[in-house]
Amino acid sequence: MTSTHHDAETVPELADLHLVDKPDGPGAAAILAAGIGIFVLGLLTTLNEMSEGIHTFLDAFDGDGGVGPLSGKTILATVAFFGSWAALWVLWRNKGIDIKKTFWIGLGLGIAGTVLMFPPVFQAFA
Amino acid sequence: MELSSREMWTVIHGLVLGTLFLLAFAGGLAGLWSLRPGLVTTQGIRERMTRLYYGTWIMAVVAWATVITGTWIVYPWYRVALARVGDDVFAGCVGAVRPTDTCSPRDFLLSNVSGTTEAWHSFGMEWKEHVAWAAPFLATAAAFLVTYYGARLIARPWLRAAVIVMLVGAFAAAAIGGAFGAFINKVAPII
Repeated sequence: MTSTHHDAETVPELADLHLVDKPDGPGAAAILAAGIGIFVLGLLTTLNEMSEGIHTFLDAFDGDGGVGPLSGKTILATVAFFGSWAALWVLWRNKGIDIKKTFWIGLGLGIAGTVLMFPPVFQAFA
Repeated sequence: MELSSREMWTVIHGLVLGTLFLLAFAGGLAGLWSLRPGLVTTQGIRERMTRLYYGTWIMAVVAWATVITGTWIVYPWYRVALARVGDDVFAGCVGAVRPTDTCSPRDFLLSNVSGTTEAWHSFGMEWKEHVAWAAPFLATAAAFLVTYYGARLIARPWLRAAVIVMLVGAFAAAAIGGAFGAFINKVAPII
């Protein structure tokens, strides 16, 4: 573990709780995974409009469920969210990752994904 | 007083789960907002954290339940193509003032047979069906952060603010989905 926080020194009320120090790696993994999930959803939403092949691929995820390409977009984005979280957890679980920097990267990915799933944006590629 | 199976699912998806999400969000936000040094005693921290764990995880679970029921149960009823006859894509909607057995809600909105309704689908539904999925991602990550750091968040205002940003982001995504869902169901209800 490389994290060294001093929470009980900063906030005396925490002293009686006897909290052990924890690395920021797992927290950073969760934050970045959320950004990755949103970005993948936005990216697939735009790619679905740009390519007939990708549209067909995404459409095939629901079989005859009637959900259409939204099925592929949401399944793959969910896999990206949990998959990236699991991978980052394994890589960072004992590390003191810079959580501020990770948050800004995750926020950037989240904003980019949100823009890519805004109808006037992705419909411009149709 | 009777509700069809489809109407029941739209109520579960939009009203029941939506209300639970809103309640859990309000509790989570209030709990996090006041999780500051000097405002709570050690005993108060213990009591508050338990409530915060429940609130954020309920919000995450409800967000997943909402998007899954919306996408995989309600949405296919909305988007099924019923109106096409030959080359006329919206033949089944002629004369309709609301969706019918030959005119699905999506057909009805795109056909513009009862006012200018196309944008409810091309903008409203297209935005709602995608952006709402950001809510479970953000709410789950935020719930994990609250559980992982627990009372340590009191000593880390920056991280606490980051979790609040994620919870508010989840709420905003759900609010866009919920608002458009309510309006679209008013203009073109699932029958």
